[in-house]
Amino acid sequence: MNWYAIRTIYRFEMARARRTLLQSIVSPVLSTSLYFVVFGGAIGSRITQIDGVSYGAFIVPGLIMLMLLTQSVSNASFAIFFPKFSGTIYELLSAPVSHFEIVLGYVGAAATKSIILGLLILGTASLFVPLTIAHPLWMVLFLALTAVTFSLLGFIIGIWADNFEKLQLVPLLVITPLTFLGGTFYAIDMLPPLWQTVTLANPVVYLVSGFRWSFFGSADVSVAASVAMILLFLTACLGIVAWIFRTGYRIRP
Amino acid sequence: MTDTPTASQPTAAVKSPAAHEAPIIQIDGLDKTYASGYQALKSIDLEIQRGEIFALLGPNGAGKTTLISIICGLVNPTGGRVIADGHDIVHDYRAARATIGLVPQELTSEAFETVWNTVSFSRGLFGKPPDPAHIERVLRDLALWDKRNNKLITLSGGMKRRVLIAKALAHEPRILFLDEPTAGVDVELRRDMWNVVRRLRESGVTIILTTHYIEEAEEMADRIGVISHGEIILVREKQALMRQLGRKELMLQLATPLAALPEALAGRGLTLDDAGRQLVYTYDAQQDATGIAELLRAVDAAGLEVTDLQTRQSSLEDIFVGLVKEH
Repeated sequence: MNWYAIRTIYRFEMARARRTLLQSIVSPVLSTSLYFVVFGGAIGSRITQIDGVSYGAFIVPGLIMLMLLTQSVSNASFAIFFPKFSGTIYELLSAPVSHFEIVLGYVGAAATKSIILGLLILGTASLFVPLTIAHPLWMVLFLALTAVTFSLLGFIIGIWADNFEKLQLVPLLVITPLTFLGGTFYAIDMLPPLWQTVTLANPVVYLVSGFRWSFFGSADVSVAASVAMILLFLTACLGIVAWIFRTGYRIRP
Repeated sequence: MTDTPTASQPTAAVKSPAAHEAPIIQIDGLDKTYASGYQALKSIDLEIQRGEIFALLGPNGAGKTTLISIICGLVNPTGGRVIADGHDIVHDYRAARATIGLVPQELTSEAFETVWNTVSFSRGLFGKPPDPAHIERVLRDLALWDKRNNKLITLSGGMKRRVLIAKALAHEPRILFLDEPTAGVDVELRRDMWNVVRRLRESGVTIILTTHYIEEAEEMADRIGVISHGEIILVREKQALMRQLGRKELMLQLATPLAALPEALAGRGLTLDDAGRQLVYTYDAQQDATGIAELLRAVDAAGLEVTDLQTRQSSLEDIFVGLVKEH
């Protein structure tokens, strides 16, 4: 293993986040906090409890998930897209690093940033709404697995995208709608019966449900299904990344 | 920080005497056909000797950059084999790439990084432990030390080119590829760059440069390879190439124009220019008997008055243009 290379890529990416602190940390934390204030504080006080949890607290896991998915994808996709765009990727390709090491550096850094963001938002949320975490270990596991999986997805998008528009396409047109419709703001059983069935096709439902279970002990779908869904996603992403490197897709003709 | 070492100190690993004979890069039957079907390289065979400056010459689109890109790992070969310092570039890519540094043609850089950080980044990426003394040495050698805390975006084109060289040298490579090192660089900087490259060679680094400036190859190279349409059409020592193909011309300016070459001078390989004011004699400067002395005597005996004379050596450019045309 070329540990120096992994560390170098990881540090470089973390330094980029520090350089752009407003954009990479402050902005997501602030925008997510606005949801707490509006939906949790203002509107939430008029909404009855869901499964014995106040609405303000109920939306916290879903909002963290929303931020986790979008930030992981955009962080990791930009990290690999930009060197491709600017041409500096030549150095990465000419370096004695394996594909696994490249992914470890980039995805590791993107996932770390997302996890830090998730914890910051959790901390911010606890200032506005009373929060308890029923299964802290599971909470951390869901957080970490989701961050890693969606950073991998971001890495794939960054390799695939050959312009800035494509880079934004998946986060804006796929991930955000799926998250909003994935039970971030409501419990599945609040939907009409038909939509309850349709919504089960949305993978984000399983992520939000599992994560929410780790907080409040109640879930829309079984915890096992949530874990299985994350692992399925993770495996699929790893498979695609392996294929990308084996074929040199869009990076090594 | 340590004291400033000089450029003459080896930055590359010490060469073992036994390794002298073996070429540092051995290319056998290298093929590249891109997905589009375009065949960029056709069964290239080439050996680069340890410690030399090898210039790869060729017109645009000849395959120079593809060849370099394969050796450095940016492009996958379709067929054939490349051994770099004893390591197969595909099967043993870690060891092979660790010995190679690449300075790309395009001036690409992380705009908001500082010089120091970007050069240190390169060293880490190549798996070397941090060594501030080495980075300092490289930056000083390339006259970048004063700029070490500058962001790359604030540097001039010439400075950026040096930063790319510094990045390529950060991991102490034994082989350095320079892809069009002086493209778009003004004359003064070009001379500067040549000096940098010569100092590197003195420190034991093998240098392969591509260029389509003949002047550059003529000035720097020990050996020259000419590539055209994906094939190496010639590899020769520069001096031998110049000797073999280079011809010299002696031009005599006449005081009074001639209508035709005087009979007394016929059969000496002389030609008269259209205006009748200049006699041109072509000869091989490497031979002992160039025939110049006799010629001058004969010209004098023929009663011609010479007002001026000059000689011209045909350049690599003349040779190169001829070669590529032939092919």
